Amino acid sequence: MQEASGNRWKRYDVWDDRPLRYDRFTPDSPEDGFCATNSPTDPKPSLVMGDGRVVEMDGVAEDAFDMIDTFIARHHIDPDVAGEAMAIDSGDFARRLVDVNVARGELVRLARGMTPAKLCDVLDSMNTLELSFAQAKLRTRRMPGNQAHVTNAKDDPVQLAADAATAAAMGFDEIETTMRVARNSWSNALACLIGAAVGKPGTLFQCACEEAEELRLGMAGLTSYAETVSVYGTEGSFVDGDDTPWSKAFLIAAYTSRGIKARCTSGGGAELLMGFHDTRSLLYLEARCLCVQRAIGVQGTQNGGIDGAPVTGSMTGGMREILAENVLAALLDLECASGNDTRISESEIRVGAKIMPHLMSGTDFLCSGFGSIPAYDNSFAASLFNAEEIEDFLAVQRDFELDGGIHHVPEDHVMALRRRAVDALDAVFRDLGLGDIGEAQKASVVQASGSRDTDTFRLSEIGVISETIARKGITLLDIIAALGRTGFDDVAENLLLLLRYRVSGDYLQTAAVIRDGQVISAVTHPNDYTGPGTGHRLTAERREEIAGIRGLLTKREIFESAERHAARERRRYHLQAIGPATGGTIRDEVVIAISPAFGRKLHQTTSGQFLSDVMKALFDGIQEAGGRARVVRAWHTADTSFLGLTAARLSASGIGIGIQAKGTAVIHTADDYPHMNLELFSQAPITGLGHYRRMGHNAACYARGERPEPVSIPYKGEALGARFHVQTSLIHALETAMVKAEAEPEELKVTFHE
Amino acid sequence: MNEGRRSDGKPAGEFVTTGGRPVDDLTLANVLDGTVDESDVGIRPAVLRHQGTIARGAGRDRLADNFERGAELVDVPDEEIFATYEKLRPGRARSRAELIELARYYRQTYGAHRIAELIESAADVYERRRLFQKRF
Repeated sequence: MQEASGNRWKRYDVWDDRPLRYDRFTPDSPEDGFCATNSPTDPKPSLVMGDGRVVEMDGVAEDAFDMIDTFIARHHIDPDVAGEAMAIDSGDFARRLVDVNVARGELVRLARGMTPAKLCDVLDSMNTLELSFAQAKLRTRRMPGNQAHVTNAKDDPVQLAADAATAAAMGFDEIETTMRVARNSWSNALACLIGAAVGKPGTLFQCACEEAEELRLGMAGLTSYAETVSVYGTEGSFVDGDDTPWSKAFLIAAYTSRGIKARCTSGGGAELLMGFHDTRSLLYLEARCLCVQRAIGVQGTQNGGIDGAPVTGSMTGGMREILAENVLAALLDLECASGNDTRISESEIRVGAKIMPHLMSGTDFLCSGFGSIPAYDNSFAASLFNAEEIEDFLAVQRDFELDGGIHHVPEDHVMALRRRAVDALDAVFRDLGLGDIGEAQKASVVQASGSRDTDTFRLSEIGVISETIARKGITLLDIIAALGRTGFDDVAENLLLLLRYRVSGDYLQTAAVIRDGQVISAVTHPNDYTGPGTGHRLTAERREEIAGIRGLLTKREIFESAERHAARERRRYHLQAIGPATGGTIRDEVVIAISPAFGRKLHQTTSGQFLSDVMKALFDGIQEAGGRARVVRAWHTADTSFLGLTAARLSASGIGIGIQAKGTAVIHTADDYPHMNLELFSQAPITGLGHYRRMGHNAACYARGERPEPVSIPYKGEALGARFHVQTSLIHALETAMVKAEAEPEELKVTFHE
Repeated sequence: MNEGRRSDGKPAGEFVTTGGRPVDDLTLANVLDGTVDESDVGIRPAVLRHQGTIARGAGRDRLADNFERGAELVDVPDEEIFATYEKLRPGRARSRAELIELARYYRQTYGAHRIAELIESAADVYERRRLFQKRF
C-alpha cells in the first residue's frame, strides 16, 4: 500500500486496501501473446479443396502445414459440408447461433466444415450475452451438471473418503482428485472411489496424474473417467507438452478400449504460459485445439482458460474469450466441462461475475471442478469456488432459479455419510491388508472441515499404502468383494452399477453421467432448447432442492423466540391498561405511543433489545432531562409516523414519541404533517439502549421548547435489509394484523419490577 | 439391484461381458463366490462397435471412428498399449520406418487397421515436422 501523501485522493487508499488490487491487468500486446481475440497475426478464414482433400487452410498452403494444421485438415474438416459452411457469412451464422428457430443439429453439422479462423470469425460479432445464450442452445446434454475437486493437503485417504461421499451427496456428477505426492495416486483413487460410492450411486471419478499412470488406474477400474488429456494450439507447446495429436488420439482410443470415459483439456493462456504463443490470439489457438479434439474423436473437452484462466483474465475481454471457448466446444458437439476451476481473482465480485454467464446458460459441467474442500486443501490450487463459498453458490442458484447441479445436504445426513465413508474405507483397508484406521483418526475426519482439523497418517505411511495397492494389483472387483465381505453391500452395489455400465460402454457416449441409476447423455437426453418453456427446466422436485438452503427463517422461528421472551418480560415490567387515553395536562410531559403488538405478542427489537429495557431507557432519558413520561397504546395504527403524531396530539407539550415493537421510533410534534418528524430512528437493528435513552432526553428537551442536538446513530454500511428484512416483514405483519381501525388509544400504567 | 438403461434405450442386461456372461450376472453374490472374475469386466469390441453405431446415428462421425479404434485395442495387452503410446510421443521413435513397422505389427497381430492407419499417418507427419528428433 502506498503512503497517503498530502496530494493524494484518499479514495485511492480505500481502493488500495481492496483484494482486487492483488489482481494484475495488462494492455493488449499481441507481440507478447497478450491478446484475447483478434490478434493482428490471426489468419483470415480460407479453405481450398483439391483432389478431395484440403490443400489450403486459413491462408496456409498444404506443404507449409504444421502438425496441427495437418491433423485438422485431415480429420476435422468434413469435405461434404466444408464448401457450404465456409461460404456462409460469419455474421449471418452468428445470428443463427442465437436464433431459437434454427435447430442445434443444423449448426453443429455446419461447424464440421469450418476452419479454426472461420469459427473465430463467427464468434467475433457476439457479445457476452449472446455467447451465453448460444451456449444454452448448443450445450450437448439437456441437463447441466457439475464436477467437484476432492483433495487434501495431507493426501489423507480417510478424509478423501469422507469428502468424496459429501461431494457425491451434494449432487456432483463427477469427482476429480489429485495428489501432493505423485506416488500417492493409488491411495487417493481407492479412497475417493469408495467415498463417492457411499455418497450416491453412479458418481464418475477420476484421478489426475501422469498420462500413463492415469491410464493404469483406469485399467484397474479405480477410476471411471479421465480429463487431463491435454491438447495445445501451437506445435511448439504441443511438443513441449510431450505429445502430438496422434499420440493423444491413440491415448483416447486406449481409454475407450478399457471402457473409460475421457475428455481432452485445453484453454486460453496455456500456450502463452508455456512460451509458444506464436503471437496469435487466445481464441484462435483454442479454436485449433478444439478442432483437433473433434478430429481425435474424443467425446468432450475441459476448456475455458483452465490453468491459464488467471492470465486470460488479465486481458481486455479475457472473460468473454473464455466464454467463447466454451461456446466453440459446444458448437463442435463436444461435451464441455467449462473451466471455472481456477481462482481467477482475489476479488469476490469478479469471482461471482465470472460464473454468471455460465450459470445462466448452463454447461455440461459448470466447473471442472468446483473445490468441494477448503481452498487450502485444494491440490489443484484454489478453484473458482471452494468449500468456503459453497453456500454462496447455492444462494445464487436459488436467487435466479438456475441449476448449478448441486444442493444443500442437511447436517445430520452429512455426518452420517461421512461416518459411513470412513468406516467403509477402514473395512476395505483391513480386509485387503492395507492398514488400520484408528477410531480417534476417524472421528477427527468425520467432523473436520479440512485437513487442518484432522489426526491422520504420516505422509510416508500413505506412500506405503499407495504402493501396496499398486503392488498387489488391487482392482475394482477386489474392492467390491471386500465391501461385500465386510457388510457394506449397498456401497458394493453402487460400484457394481458403475461396473455394469462400464462393461456396456454406456457412459462413453457424449456428456454421459449417471443419475438415479440411469445414464444421462447427449444421446439419451439431447439438449432440445428452442426458446422459452423448452429444454431443461426445473422440475418441482429440483426447484425444492435448490430452494432448500440452510437457515431459512420462517414465522415459526420468530414466534418461538417471542414466546420465550414473553416469560422473561413479565418479570421485568407490567403494562396495565387503565382506560381510554386522554389529552394531557402536565406541560413538560412526553407521551410515548406504542404499537399494537408492543409487549403483547412481540418483546424484542430487531437489534435484540428487550422492550422493557427500551421502555426503561426512554423513561430514564425523559426524566434526566426533567420531563415526565406518559404511555399510551395505539390500536388504530402500527405506522411509526402516525404513532408519533398520535402521541404528540395527546401530549400537553405537543411532543410525543412513537415506537413500534421492532424498535423503529420517531419524535414527533403535534403541529406538523405526519412524516415531518423531529427525529427519526429508522435503523432499529443498530439502535441501542443508549440511543433510546438519548431519544427520551431529546424529546423532553423539545417539550421545554429547547433545540437539542439530534441523536445520530453511527452506520457502518451494513446491508441491513439483507440481515433484517425477513424478520422485519414477519414481525410487522403481526403488528398490522393486530390493528383495529376504529379503536381509540388507551392509557397504560407502566410498572418496572426490580 | 439398479436397473440400467442403455444409450439406445434397451435394458443393459442384453450386453455380454468379455467372459461371455450377461451384464446382469455382475452381481455381488457372483463376485463374492468368484463366479465373476477379472476376465468378465472388460468391454467387448462388439459393444464398442455398437456404441460407435449409436454415435454415428446421433451425427457424431469422429466419435464413432474413435469407438472403432477403441474396439481394435480391446485385445491389446496393457503393457503394449503403454509402449505404443510412448512410441507415438515426440522424439521416442527415431525414424519413419520404426512407426511403419509398428503399424504393420498392429495390422497383422490384431487386425487393427484403423490404429495402423493412425500410426502411418503419424509417421509421415513426424518426418516432415522433424518429430523423430531426440528429446532426452
